[in-house]
Amino acid sequence: MEKLKSPRTGGILVLCAIIAILPAFLSNAFQMEIAILIFFNAIVCIGLNLLIGYGGQISLGHGAFVGLGAYGSAILSMGQGWDPLLAMVIAAIFTGVLAFVIARPILKLKGHYLAMATLGMGIIISIVINTEDQFTGGPDGMYVDGLSFVTKQIHWYWIIGALLIFSVWASLNLIHSPIGRALRAVHGSEVAAEVVGVDTTRFKVMIFVVSAVFASVVGSLGVYYSNFVTPDIAGFFHSIELVVMVVFGGMASTFGAVVGAAILTTLPQFLTFLHDYEHLVFGLILMLTMIYLPKGLVPTITAFFKKGDKS
Amino acid sequence: MTSRQNSIKKTIAALGMVAGAFAVTAQDAQAADPIKIGTFLSVTGPASFLGDPELKTLELYIEKLNEGGGVLGRQLELVQYDVGVDSKKAITAVKRLISQDEVDVIIGGSTSGATMAVVPLVEKAGVPFISLAGAVAIVEPVKKWVFKTPHTDKMACGKIFEDLQARGLTTIAMISGTGGFGKSMNGQCTKLAPAYNIKIAISESYGPKDTDMTAQLTKIKGVDGVQAVVNAGFGQGPAIVTKNYRQLGMTAPLYQSHGVASKKFIELAGDAAEGVRLPAAALLVADTLPDGDAQKPVVQAYSKDYSEAYGGSVSTFGGHAYDGLQIAVAAIVRAGSTDKEAVRNEIEKTSGYVGTGGVVNMSADDHLGLDLSAFRMLEIKNGDWSIVK
Repeated sequence: MEKLKSPRTGGILVLCAIIAILPAFLSNAFQMEIAILIFFNAIVCIGLNLLIGYGGQISLGHGAFVGLGAYGSAILSMGQGWDPLLAMVIAAIFTGVLAFVIARPILKLKGHYLAMATLGMGIIISIVINTEDQFTGGPDGMYVDGLSFVTKQIHWYWIIGALLIFSVWASLNLIHSPIGRALRAVHGSEVAAEVVGVDTTRFKVMIFVVSAVFASVVGSLGVYYSNFVTPDIAGFFHSIELVVMVVFGGMASTFGAVVGAAILTTLPQFLTFLHDYEHLVFGLILMLTMIYLPKGLVPTITAFFKKGDKS
Repeated sequence: MTSRQNSIKKTIAALGMVAGAFAVTAQDAQAADPIKIGTFLSVTGPASFLGDPELKTLELYIEKLNEGGGVLGRQLELVQYDVGVDSKKAITAVKRLISQDEVDVIIGGSTSGATMAVVPLVEKAGVPFISLAGAVAIVEPVKKWVFKTPHTDKMACGKIFEDLQARGLTTIAMISGTGGFGKSMNGQCTKLAPAYNIKIAISESYGPKDTDMTAQLTKIKGVDGVQAVVNAGFGQGPAIVTKNYRQLGMTAPLYQSHGVASKKFIELAGDAAEGVRLPAAALLVADTLPDGDAQKPVVQAYSKDYSEAYGGSVSTFGGHAYDGLQIAVAAIVRAGSTDKEAVRNEIEKTSGYVGTGGVVNMSADDHLGLDLSAFRMLEIKNGDWSIVK
């Protein structure tokens, strides 16, 4: 029974249940679309959360990795006529290798410098995508065929939903493995971690690569799902959006990343009735959350209930 | 550990509320019975100079139509979403328009990127869609459900080349912005040049945020035999090009694109703008059009309506939205219903419609319906537009 209550099993069961029941409440294709978008964002955020929340490293260029996956798939499958799935794998490997190569010099930096370096990397990739228009279609983007065997939206729902559950499971397991503990040690104090024999650079690089691959795969699938890709996906604002989702939901909480993605994906859709004031209210909600729930939504709520238990 | 369960319970409750709210909006949509016109525009962000007048125009004229009793005895309802310049948001917005709001017609898409991103969706769902974006790729090749009202960059090239021919100039230089607009127009001009026996001797480019183009212009100046320079771009870039051009003492005729067809350009470029020529819609010169011009009453009326409602001067972009709405409404009236297939067929049959952009004659293989006569060649004289005779 105790095992059921742990996030590793209990949490995943609840998530499975929500994903299984949700289609019954979705009355049209648009609502289904939002659900799928949430899943996509949640998967990227889970990967990013490993880096930010557990590894303690910031990345302001994660949109670029999503973009690399998306454009890698788009160019290989459309331009070169490759099988989409193969294109996706190759794009993920390429993104992983690129992340690995740049991780070593980049992750030697700390704090603001690290943020700046990842920001710069993201912008460079974004510029390349924007300007190499013979491959990428330039700022106007490019059309991409989907996966021939997944045509119905509901099938996409199940596939991405399953992938989300897998990502949560993988993330929770990683965190509770020796690697995860080493990572948290790095986050806590890098010097202390090194003193007890943790190869901090190796772990930081590894988690950077893992989160980049998460992003790349989502980018590829996103392109196959929406049949279209534009450079916005690799842009600065997308990167920031992803970081905000992680921070809003709660750093160092896998479910926090999922909740953050869910709320920040649906919120703008609810606020559309405000028209001109939409962005104002959106910003206000973010500010208030950061002021009153600085640790993010899920950890704050969890802590609140924990306190309640003791008294 | 119960804490986590509690938090999860809360999450479920929240999700339930979310689903509930969705269900309510869906029911509302079914109860009312107006004709629904959906739009997604770049009302905020860097392309707001397009989306803002477009939205204002749609709102203004839908209100006017409703005051006049609506269309087919039904009121019109505008459903709008702001998509900034994010094509992904455009995709979400259009899915929402199609499957949740169940709109009858979609008029929108301020940028070519946003329009092209939603084309597959619209084609799949089968909803008449009139785009307000410039690129020629939107209607070439023809797509069953997709139409557009603004002139294309290809037409701008054609109009400029026509004028060059009339002046007996054959060798030109191009300088283009690297943004989507400049790039697309540069490509179209390069493709079209041989048909007009025009040789592009040199082609330079500049970034969207560059503040000085003397280097590129000096290079152009150094090329022998350049008789005119064509600048493809919009925003502040062309104004800087124009200033630098005069500073370098270059005297060959300078052509700008329809992308700078607003008073803002003249303000920014100041005296340097004197003598610059550009193709633009009749709307800009509403009052100086000759009296017999078919477009004169239309553009004057639109100018007046818009300025009265919102103040300030009109832009051609709002005019595109006006044309889109008029074409759609006329098609609905002719079809006698909002049956999507029938409305689509009627839009395709639009002929002789005199709008702000020109005279529109659509057909099964032309979903734009404008020819080069829709553009006027303007020259900037004494800080104002004048028509080149």
